[in-house]
Parts: sequence; structure tokens; C-alpha cells
Amino acid sequence: MEPINWHSVFFLLFALVGCGFSVAVLLTSNVVRMAFYLVLALAATSGLFFLAGADFVGAMQIMIYVGGTLVLLIFGVMLTARGPFISMRTPAGEWILGAIIGGSLLVVLLSAATSVRAWRPVAVAEGEARPTATRLGMALLGARVDKLEEPDPTQREGMSGYLLPFEIVSVHLLVVLVGSAYLARPKKRAVGSTAETV
Amino acid sequence: MNLLTEPIGVSHYLIVGAIMFVTGALCMATKRNALGVLMGIELVLNGANVNFVAFGSEYLRPGAVSMGLDGQLIALFVIVLAAAEAAVALAIVLNFYNNHSSVDVDKADELKG
Repeated sequence: MEPINWHSVFFLLFALVGCGFSVAVLLTSNVVRMAFYLVLALAATSGLFFLAGADFVGAMQIMIYVGGTLVLLIFGVMLTARGPFISMRTPAGEWILGAIIGGSLLVVLLSAATSVRAWRPVAVAEGEARPTATRLGMALLGARVDKLEEPDPTQREGMSGYLLPFEIVSVHLLVVLVGSAYLARPKKRAVGSTAETV
Repeated sequence: MNLLTEPIGVSHYLIVGAIMFVTGALCMATKRNALGVLMGIELVLNGANVNFVAFGSEYLRPGAVSMGLDGQLIALFVIVLAAAEAAVALAIVLNFYNNHSSVDVDKADELKG
């Protein structure tokens, strides 16, 4: 009897919760339940990120995705969930077509995922876990401190960080938020003119 | 093959990412509620993020040529862009709801030729 690998146990737990609630999002037709299941699926995904050693990305997944984006979506659900829009059923023909296409896509992806030898499991070496936040922050500022000890000099040339994409994505976020606030503003009703005509 | 005693590899993460991707794509295709379509997009982006983090993980592929930190950085960019996309799409959906009193994507066919 081999000892239980707790990394695998927690991976299975988070993977089952994530995949199960993803399928539940697909299968339910109630939009409020869909939002709740999506929260659980994304939170379980952050657990998978922690297990892969990506602690900062996992924290950001919870803070930005679950805490920001999904709260936005739930606000959208609350603003539009009225009578017939809470539960909109899909016709059976579309389900059948979707199941055929989705099933074939899933078969292709799964066979690709399991067929490459380099992606098979290898025994994880026991060691000290290294937090990634500092290295990620330095890489966003343009300094790849994680590649300083790269033995291969050709790989060391790609050491320029992500400063330009970081700035682009920052400005993009600003522009997008201003634009969406402009789009979603309440329409000016012609109160004065109607008052005069009435 | 005992899942509880064997180590976890990149392919396990890829399987989870594939399932999330397919469910998200099916959500986008079959949901009639515009917010359901948005949730499908979130699932698709999330499945892609799982793959990026798995390929960049130094614990799943020790010693191998992995993406290193690049995978996590790309995952961070995807998270930020998903937030921006959700904000804009929600604004469009609310605008559509104000004008048509409906969130049914089948009714949004005014631009159809």
C-alpha cells in the first residue's frame, strides 16, 4: 500500500468541484443558479492554481474574478432577472447539436492532453515552496529576476519583462471602464420638452 | 492506476481545462439569456488560464523546459482582460435591456441583413 499523495487528493477535490459546477452552469436554465455555480467553479479553480504553485495568480483569481467580475455579473443578473428571463429554456434540438459538437471537441482535447509524453505526471521533488509575488511584480516592471540564473544564454536573451503589455493593459482597462460607464448611463429623458407640450 | 497515490501531472490540469473550455463553449452556444453567454465566456477564459498556469508551473514539470513565470503572467493578463470584457459586455446587455425590455439574444437581430 503506497502512502496517500495529498497533493493528488486535493487536486482531485478541487478538480471535481470545478468541473462539476462548470457542468452545472451548463445544465441549469435558471440564471441566478448559474451565477452561483460559476462562483463555486471559479473559486475551485483558484485552489488548482495554489496547488500548481501559482499563489499570486490564485489570490488574484479570488480577488478579481470572484470578487470583482462575478459580482458585476450578479449585479447584471439582479438588474435583469424579471419574470420570463430568470429561466429561459433551450430547445431540445440545440441541446442535441451542442452535445454532438461539444462531445467531439472534448474527445479531441482530451486525447491531445493525454497523448504527449512530456505532460505525463512526474514525481514532484519535495522542497521549499517559493512565493511568486516578488518575481511576478519584477517581471511586470520589466526585470526578469527569475531568469538571471538561466544556464542557456539563448533563453537569457528573452529576459525583457512585461512592462509594455502591463502599461497597455492598464490603459486598456481605464478606457474600457470609462467607455462602459458611458454606455450604461441612464438616458436623458426629454423632461422639459414633454412638460412644455403637456 | 490509483489516483490517490500517483502524482499529478500537466495532463491532469489539461483535462480539467478542457472540460471547463467545452462547457463554456456550449454555454455560449446554447444559452438564450445574454448573461448566460457572458458566463460561458468566463468559463472559457478560465479553462485557458488553467492550461497556462499548468504549463508554467515548476512543480508539475520539474527540470523540464517549462514556460516558467510566463504562464502565470499571461494568466494575470487574461484575468484583467476578462474583467474589462465583462464590464463592457454588461454595459451593452443593460443598454439592450433598457431599449428592448429583454435579455434574449435571439431578439437582438435588428442588424440582420
